[in-house]
Formats: sequence, C-alpha cells, structure tokens
Amino acid sequence: MNLRITHRRLYAAAAVAAAAALAGCGSATGTGSAAASSAAASGSSFPVTVTAADGAVTVKARPARIVSLAPTLTEDLYAVGAGPQVVAVDSDSNYPPGVPVTKLSGLSPNIEAIARYSPDLVVAFQNAGGLVSGLGKLKVPVLIEPPAATLNQAYQEIEQIGQATGHGAQAQRVVASMKSQIAVDVAHAGSAHRGLRYYWELQANPFYSVASSTFIGQIVSLFGLKDIADAADKASDGGYPELSQEYIVAARPQLIFLADNAPAYGGQTPATVAARPGWAAIPAVADHEVIALNDDIASRWGPRLPQLVEQLAQAVEKAPSP
Amino acid sequence: MTARRSGRRHAARAYLAAAAFLVAAVLVSALAGAADLNPLATAAALVHLPSSLSPLDRAVLFQIRLPRIMLGALVGGLLAVAGAGYQGVFRNPLVDSGTLGASAGAGLGATLAIVYAGGAGTAAVPVAAFAGSLAGVAIAYAAGSVTGSGTATLLLAGVAVSLFLTAVQTWLLQRSAQDLQQVYSWLFGSLSAATWQQALDILPYSAVSIGVVLVHGRHLDVLSVGDEEARALGIGPGRVRLVVVAACSLAAASAVAVSGLIGFVGIVVPHVIRRLAGASYRLVLPLSLLAGAGFLVFADTVARTVAAPAELPIGVVTALAGSPVFVWILRSTSVVRT
Repeated sequence: MNLRITHRRLYAAAAVAAAAALAGCGSATGTGSAAASSAAASGSSFPVTVTAADGAVTVKARPARIVSLAPTLTEDLYAVGAGPQVVAVDSDSNYPPGVPVTKLSGLSPNIEAIARYSPDLVVAFQNAGGLVSGLGKLKVPVLIEPPAATLNQAYQEIEQIGQATGHGAQAQRVVASMKSQIAVDVAHAGSAHRGLRYYWELQANPFYSVASSTFIGQIVSLFGLKDIADAADKASDGGYPELSQEYIVAARPQLIFLADNAPAYGGQTPATVAARPGWAAIPAVADHEVIALNDDIASRWGPRLPQLVEQLAQAVEKAPSP
Repeated sequence: MTARRSGRRHAARAYLAAAAFLVAAVLVSALAGAADLNPLATAAALVHLPSSLSPLDRAVLFQIRLPRIMLGALVGGLLAVAGAGYQGVFRNPLVDSGTLGASAGAGLGATLAIVYAGGAGTAAVPVAAFAGSLAGVAIAYAAGSVTGSGTATLLLAGVAVSLFLTAVQTWLLQRSAQDLQQVYSWLFGSLSAATWQQALDILPYSAVSIGVVLVHGRHLDVLSVGDEEARALGIGPGRVRLVVVAACSLAAASAVAVSGLIGFVGIVVPHVIRRLAGASYRLVLPLSLLAGAGFLVFADTVARTVAAPAELPIGVVTALAGSPVFVWILRSTSVVRT
C-alpha cells in the first residue's frame, strides 16, 4: 500500500504544526542534537531522554515491543537496527519487506488497538486522536517524528529513533552514509545543468505539484533546478499548489518527475504523459525526460532518500544543458 | 394578437440576451488563461489568421483551453437544463440533480471506482459515475413509487436514498483513508483535464437528453397548473414525469461523468432565468441551456485565472457565486410549495 497525496499533505500540515511546537518549547536542532550526541556517546544507556516534536520523551529501558505508525518511521527503525524490537507497524508501512503489517492507522490512530500490542515505545508522525495523552495514561512513551521540513530534520529524526531504541551509534552511521551518498551524487551531477526547469507531479487531473520550499523541493534544489510550481505557490497551499494545465505546458519544463506513477496513485507514466493532448510540445516530453519515480521513496523522509537523489542525478545528467 | 406578438418579441429578446451571454463567456474564456498567450495573436489563431503563436502556444490553445471551454459549456448547459426540468416535474424550486440521488449515486460510483478499480486515472471512474448517477435516481424513483404517489413522496425518497448512498460512500472512505485526496478532488468537480474526447464521449447522451427535455416544455407548463388539469388536457402526469426525470437524469449523469460534482448551476441558473424571462418552461428550458453554458464557462474562467498559475476548484467558484443567489431566492420566495 502506498502513501498517497493525502498523507503527503497531512504530513506537510503536521510538519508546520510540529515546527511551531519545536520552536515553542525551544528544543529545535541545537539543544536537541546536543542531547542526542551526549546520549549516543554514553553508549545508548537507559533511561534515555530525547526531545521529539511532542517534547522531552523518556524511555526508561531498552524497548522490546515497538509499534510504528508511519512508513518512514518503520524504515528508520529497521535502518538503525531496531527491526527485531518492532512488533507492529501501521497498514501503510511496506518497507523493508516482511515488516509486521497490521491494520493500525497512523492517520486516525485507535489507542485501544495500539495498546493491544502492549508496546513499550510507539513512534508516530502526528499526535492525532489524543495519541500522546492516551498512551501516556498507559505509561507508554510516544515519539512524534513529523514529516521533515529539511534534510537535517530527517537526519535528526533517524538519530533520535536510534537513541530511543538503543541504536544511537548505528543511527549516526546511517546518517553519515546518507550524507556522503547524497554529496557524491550531487557533486557528480555538477553544475552544467543548473537552471533547468522541472515539474514535479504529485497528482494529475487536477494537477498538484510541490513548491521548492517543501522538503522534496529542497532536495531537487540541491541540483540547482528551477521549480515551475513556485510561481503558483501561496501560503495557503502549504507548498502543494494545484497548477493550471495550460500553465504547466506553457512553462516548458525540461524535466518532469512523476511521483504518481504507481497504479494506486493514478498510474501516470511517461507514456500517459506524452499522450495528454497538448503535452507533446513540452521539452521534457519531446526529449524523453519524463521520469517515473518510486512513489514511496519520493513521499517519505527516511533512509532511502539517497536512492531518490541518485535517480534525480541520473535524470539531470542525461538532460540537455540549458 | 398584440399580446402574442409582444410575447414573441419578449422571447426573441430573451434568446438573444442568453446567446450573447454565452458568446461573451466563450470569447473572454478563450482569451484568458494561465499560459498568458497574447490575446491578439490568440484571437488571430482562433479565426485562422496568421498568428505569432508558437506551436506550443497553439497546443495550449487548441488542445487544452478550447476543449475545456467546450466541455464547460456542455456541462453547464446539461446541469442547468436538468435542474430546470426537475424543478418543473416536482413543482419545487429547490430541486436539482443533487436532490433525487443523482449526485450521491455518482459520488458513490466514483468512490467505488477509485477505491477498488485502480484510482482516479482509470476509465472506470466516469463510467461508474455515470452508472451510479442513473442508479441513484432509479432507486429513488422506485422507492418513491412503492411508498406512495405524488411528487412530495418521490422527493422524500430521493433525499432518503441520497443520505443512504452518501453514508455508504463515507463508510468506504473511512476504510481507505489513502484514497481521500483523489475522491475529494473528484467530488469538488473539475474541468482541469478536459479533452475533446470527453466532449465527444458525452455528446450523444447530451443531445438525446436535452432534446427530450426541451420538447416537454409545454407539458411541464400544463403540469404546473395541476395533475387534474393536465389529465383534462390529455396529458398523463405520471408518464411526463417519468420521461422528463429520465431525460434530466441522463443529462446530469453525462455531466458528472466528465466533470465530477459541480453544484449550484442546476438551481441558480433556472431561477435567474425565471426572474428575468418568466416562468413558462417553454422559455425557461432553452434559456437555461444557453445561460447555464455561459455561467459555467465564466465560472471556470475564474477558477483557472484568478489564482493563476494555480487553480481553484470549480465547485468552490460556483458555490461562491451560487450561495448568495440561493439565499436571495429563499428570501424572495417566502413560501416553498411542494
């Protein structure tokens, strides 16, 4: 099951709320990661306190029954080596293969259903349905790790999940490896393609895109590309504007990234894009620069981000220079 | 004799005004858009004069903008005619395709297709919406006929069936939250991906349904006096009702199949026509066709230009324009007869 645009927009909304919360309790990157490194340096001894979006969360002992309520956080848990401690993941989690998928929902969590797994740590992307206070009554710590607004936040979340599960050192290795892979791909692509215009399709009919201020937009910006959706971005869209079809065509994007190519997303492919009336004249279509992304990776902020960056790098390198 | 002649002059003026409204809407719409095509060059290209438009600009104009205008006009005309027809049948000014189960049926059909048949991009969605719309009305009609006779019973059955179908749809969505975005995009209604093919697909159904409704204008006028009077004049009220409801439902189903749910056109347009041109259905029906087409083309022009290059959902625009008019109608019609 894929995460679709609903989730992305919910995630985006939640990210804004989380950013406000973080700013409010004064525990943004600075203090948060400082606490992080000291805990990691001390060898992930418990109890450990991490400062997540829902404030300081203390995990008393190494958790042995973890419930994850978001696909990204499931990927994070397995990447840092906490997989064997995970007993249940939400219905949208699908990676790595073999995760213990359940009917649990991260969008509208049911506290009783979660409690049935007797968790000793729950990780979720949003505090919906009284999740934190409800599980708090059962003395279950809840780590809220919202959709990352920046790459650094994505790294920080992986590190926090590492500390809270007793895998601080491995989490730091995961982050270091992600950083170096992304740096290598960006450096390899070089600067010859800077300024190419791109259109990122979240959904067709109507056409939703991402602005460069979003998490995804920032990643594409690593390559110096120009986002055609920026002209349409308003504060009320949260960075996800609905674009007029004739604007997309008239903006002549040189690269089109399809984050809606899985059947469940609407099944858009380079072929269906080329077949849309009027689209054949777009440079990206004429030059075969319509790229079908892995929708899951492109909508998450987890350990597989370097794969997305690599796919973008290949597309950028293949594109004609501006 | 003078009265009849002045009546004809009145009708001619009304037709002229409605046609002018539609033509103005189409012209404004053809010259405006997010692509910022030069209006002069666009106008030249439209009448096949030499034009400075690039091939890409031409693609925007002829493959994206014009089919959208054409589809908007067709959908607007269908919705307005269907609304006027339903109102004539039920002698109730607040009825439209939403009241009788057509919209709820289409919504459930589209939701089923999106959740179970592979998403919003598939051809199953318009077909399911079309079938759902007709099925919704058929169920309402059957339920209404079983429980009694008369238009009030039929209307109540329509409301009950609509609530039931909407509840099923909500339950489906609750079970598959990940489809919410696609379903809601559909429910808001949109012409953003209009193609010539869509217009061609619904053209036969549109022609038949509009034709059937239009020739029943006189029958609806007689029905408005009362069932007894209609029978005295040799018109079977039940038969007329069935035929007009079927034709209106076909019109509404054709519209929702290609555009999703676009509200208010079916209620607002016929009422404005009644106020300006009188209550005779022989005039209200054809004028609603023209004015509904013009209204939706204008509304869609607003939807795609006011926030350009972003878009607004067209359902939002018609409701923003429609709701105040609706309140005004409620204010000025103190008693609603059923």
